[in-house]
Amino acid sequence: MNRTLRENIDWVGHVDWTVRDFHGYDTARGATYNAYLVRDDQTALIDAVKAPYADELLGSIAALTDLSGVKFVVCNHAEPDHAGGLPRVMAALPNAALVCDKKCATALSQHHDTTGWKMRIVATGDTISLGRRTLQFLETPMVHWPESMFTYVPEEKLLFSMDAFGQHYATSQRFDDEVPLGTVMEEAKIYYANIVMPFGKQVAALLKKTAGLDIGMIAPAHGVIWRKHIPVILEAYQNWADCRPKPKVLVIYDTMWDSTGRMARAILAGASQPGVEAQLIHIRHSSLTRIATEVLDAAAVAFGSSTLNQGLMPMAGAVLTYLKGLRPVGKVGFAFGSHGWSGGGPEAVNEYLRAMKWEVPREPLKAQYRPTPNVLDECRAVGGMLAEKAREMAADRKVGGRQCNEP
Amino acid sequence: MKRYACTVCSYGYDPALGDPENGIPRGTPFEDLPEDWRCPWCGAKKSEFVPEQEPPSEVHKERA
Repeated sequence: MNRTLRENIDWVGHVDWTVRDFHGYDTARGATYNAYLVRDDQTALIDAVKAPYADELLGSIAALTDLSGVKFVVCNHAEPDHAGGLPRVMAALPNAALVCDKKCATALSQHHDTTGWKMRIVATGDTISLGRRTLQFLETPMVHWPESMFTYVPEEKLLFSMDAFGQHYATSQRFDDEVPLGTVMEEAKIYYANIVMPFGKQVAALLKKTAGLDIGMIAPAHGVIWRKHIPVILEAYQNWADCRPKPKVLVIYDTMWDSTGRMARAILAGASQPGVEAQLIHIRHSSLTRIATEVLDAAAVAFGSSTLNQGLMPMAGAVLTYLKGLRPVGKVGFAFGSHGWSGGGPEAVNEYLRAMKWEVPREPLKAQYRPTPNVLDECRAVGGMLAEKAREMAADRKVGGRQCNEP
Repeated sequence: MKRYACTVCSYGYDPALGDPENGIPRGTPFEDLPEDWRCPWCGAKKSEFVPEQEPPSEVHKERA
């Protein structure tokens, strides 16, 4: 495996082949926790790994250099998948100072006993010279935690971007040109949708800032390193941050006795128009991770739930709660579903759609016990309307409801 | 009108811009924000905000 980014800059992370549940994120292809060693007159470690892999990280460092020669450990992000290994790492590196921003120092002290650590607090614009190379710091608040930071090495045109541009993707290869681009981009999209989506505004602001940097390589904290397809991932981030919809209609539903299911299929049939991608997703046969990913670039979402105990189907509630937190912006939404004697499911869906400030062009469509042929006709008509809207939104680069990235 | 910064995430509240997405019109002084208003970036409470130091934060330079 080629671990070398530049001369004397090496990957020393861990490939987590078997993880399938990363704090609820469905990591179907596993994950990596990337750490990097920059050897110079003074040596710096950029980020660490999850706690169980700290010894492996130290072994990788020891294979390259004397542990006592490591002078700096940069922590770009305090989350335990990167910083969990720090207590072990700081104990094993006798001459290292922990380099991070002020908020990160606080966050680390709330996770770990940091009293014995030598700390060097940095802020945007600060630099540390290692000898031939320089570490330059850029705070990136809320991409995706308050203490998040980038580290840039101008002499190498190398950006250590922490979680930004990352992917949960276990592979024996370290670079974007060594693996299929479609796979990397799929995982980058899943990662953006499930981790970064709430912070689109901050991403857009950050992309403006990084446009001023000369970037020849982006080394994120997860997945493969970008060296060939940098414009591809930057453009994708710009599109996602700008909430640019595709001509895509999702029909997401949960159903008890298939009444809501019948409605969903009728909506799908109506939405299946030329030039429009329509997708049917049964919530209990999918996952939160997959659904969030499909919502990211959809223009329109029809969301259905049967009525259970006067409210939502519980997994429909889970999906809506998850989506609301991820704050997908600029969609057209439509609620539908069946009920028996009380009603409640579709109405509860509608409240979520409105809470997300989506454009909701009509009231929920409901069926009592079984959708009648008239109701199914109406479902097909609504599907056609959503397809038309999706086409217009994609063509005009318009969004529905709350606008994206406005001050 | 004074600008305020979120101590949790660095978001800057600019009274001239308000927070229209969350129903706060332009020209609303920080003091007049409802007590249940939250930081639009990170969800921090109003009590986590402090008057902004000069010079204005990077966030503000961008928003201006």
